[in-house]
Amino acid sequence: MSEQVINLTLKVWRQPGPDAEGEFKEYDAPGINTEMSFLEMLDVVNERLIERGEEPIAFDHDCREGICGSCGMIINGQAHGPMRNTATCQLHMRKFADGDTIVIEPFRATAFPVIRDLVVNRSAFDRIIEAGGYITAPTGSAPEANLIPVPKEVADTAFDAAACIGCGACVAACPNGAAQLFTAAKVAHLNLLPQGQPERWTRVQAMVDEMEAHFGSCSNHRECEAVCPKGISIDFIAMMNRDYLKAQFKNRRLASQSG
Amino acid sequence: MAQATKTRPDADPTQQRPLRRGRGLYSSAVGKKYVMAITGIVLMGYVLAHMVGNLKLYQGAEHMNAYGEWLREIGEPAAPREFLLWVMRVALISAALLHLHAAWGLTRLNWAARQKRYAKRSDYIAADFASRTMRWSGIIVLAFVLFHLADLTFGTANPDFEYGLVYQNVVASFERPVVAVFYIVANLALGVHLYHGAWSIFQSLGAANPRFNALRRGFAIAFTLVVVGGNVSFPIAVMTGVVS
Repeated sequence: MSEQVINLTLKVWRQPGPDAEGEFKEYDAPGINTEMSFLEMLDVVNERLIERGEEPIAFDHDCREGICGSCGMIINGQAHGPMRNTATCQLHMRKFADGDTIVIEPFRATAFPVIRDLVVNRSAFDRIIEAGGYITAPTGSAPEANLIPVPKEVADTAFDAAACIGCGACVAACPNGAAQLFTAAKVAHLNLLPQGQPERWTRVQAMVDEMEAHFGSCSNHRECEAVCPKGISIDFIAMMNRDYLKAQFKNRRLASQSG
Repeated sequence: MAQATKTRPDADPTQQRPLRRGRGLYSSAVGKKYVMAITGIVLMGYVLAHMVGNLKLYQGAEHMNAYGEWLREIGEPAAPREFLLWVMRVALISAALLHLHAAWGLTRLNWAARQKRYAKRSDYIAADFASRTMRWSGIIVLAFVLFHLADLTFGTANPDFEYGLVYQNVVASFERPVVAVFYIVANLALGVHLYHGAWSIFQSLGAANPRFNALRRGFAIAFTLVVVGGNVSFPIAVMTGVVS
């Protein structure tokens, strides 16, 4: 596809601070190169705003290569915009047509309060990780990798879960504001591997309980899976539901290390 | 160390009043979804059996009324008359009440989880009409069930009602077009509810298995078509004079 220049209109949520009232503001964005990423397009718009002496649009970003999970916004009613398996930073302007109006909103959930414009506080995810998204083990030099055999299929599945970058799109897209896909991915990542077994039951219980202090419940809408930039499957949610139930009834003093 | 992360600024919004209080399985949303799924299976078993039993309508008044009488007699003489019928009724009413209570708790949690809604209507990708309207289809079915009991169990909403004459009561009821239309609309709502619910059960119970996952949607569609198809045929049969 050859390089083109398109003219856009942006309707962007502007909110000066956490307690301020927000509103949509319209901006003309002429002369956008279709090879720009969505964030580069916002950079161009921001430079023009700064030149005019206006406040630039605040948005989160870091690696801009789809692996850090910092960026994320609702673009035309969809988390991370119209391209599947893609974070906002990897969405390119060639997905839009000349003359389009693009509506940009922050991720919305009670647990994701807006800090400014499109930047939201996703610390609630950190609370879930603190509840059990780790392995309690002495650190030090890495052990010999082949000491603990892991079946290839299991390693692959654990890796699929571990691909979660914690961007929050699942929560943003869920009609219930639920964090099931994020939590399930983080639970499954460790619960599938031998290193995660000693804390398997306490982990799933603590992480689900913490999740429910902040987020909604799962109605199996599958909207999270559809917007996930890493294509994480809702099968992990089923696995988490099962482990959560087992965790309620396990005699932990007698629990063997396997499922 | 864990202790180092305990102190947080007061302004941290994640330290607000938690959405969920209490511990224990039923206080958790995941636990409530198990309750939704298990009571859903009980209610699904009932609607299927109810539809199959009512097919006796096509065998005529004698068979239908004998079937109604048999439901009261099951278990005799080991158990008193209507005993097992009441066991089933109590189980069904309990399942329905639990289904409603869990749904109400989950709904409140979900409302609290997104107090500020999106200004622009979400452009859904995967969530279908059925999954997004479970509350409404459920409320329509509930309203219908209450009317249906008044119509054909208590007889208070049916001027021609006579105890024990199941066939005649059904025909008299469906000869009122408003009742027949309400019955059909409620069954379509039930179909929408089942289309998502019968699929959703597997996910809520954690029964995901790559070998069977592809069959889950087919199961939901087949179950919905059988139950709704059978049910909707009854008022149509009465209105067209096939059954009179």
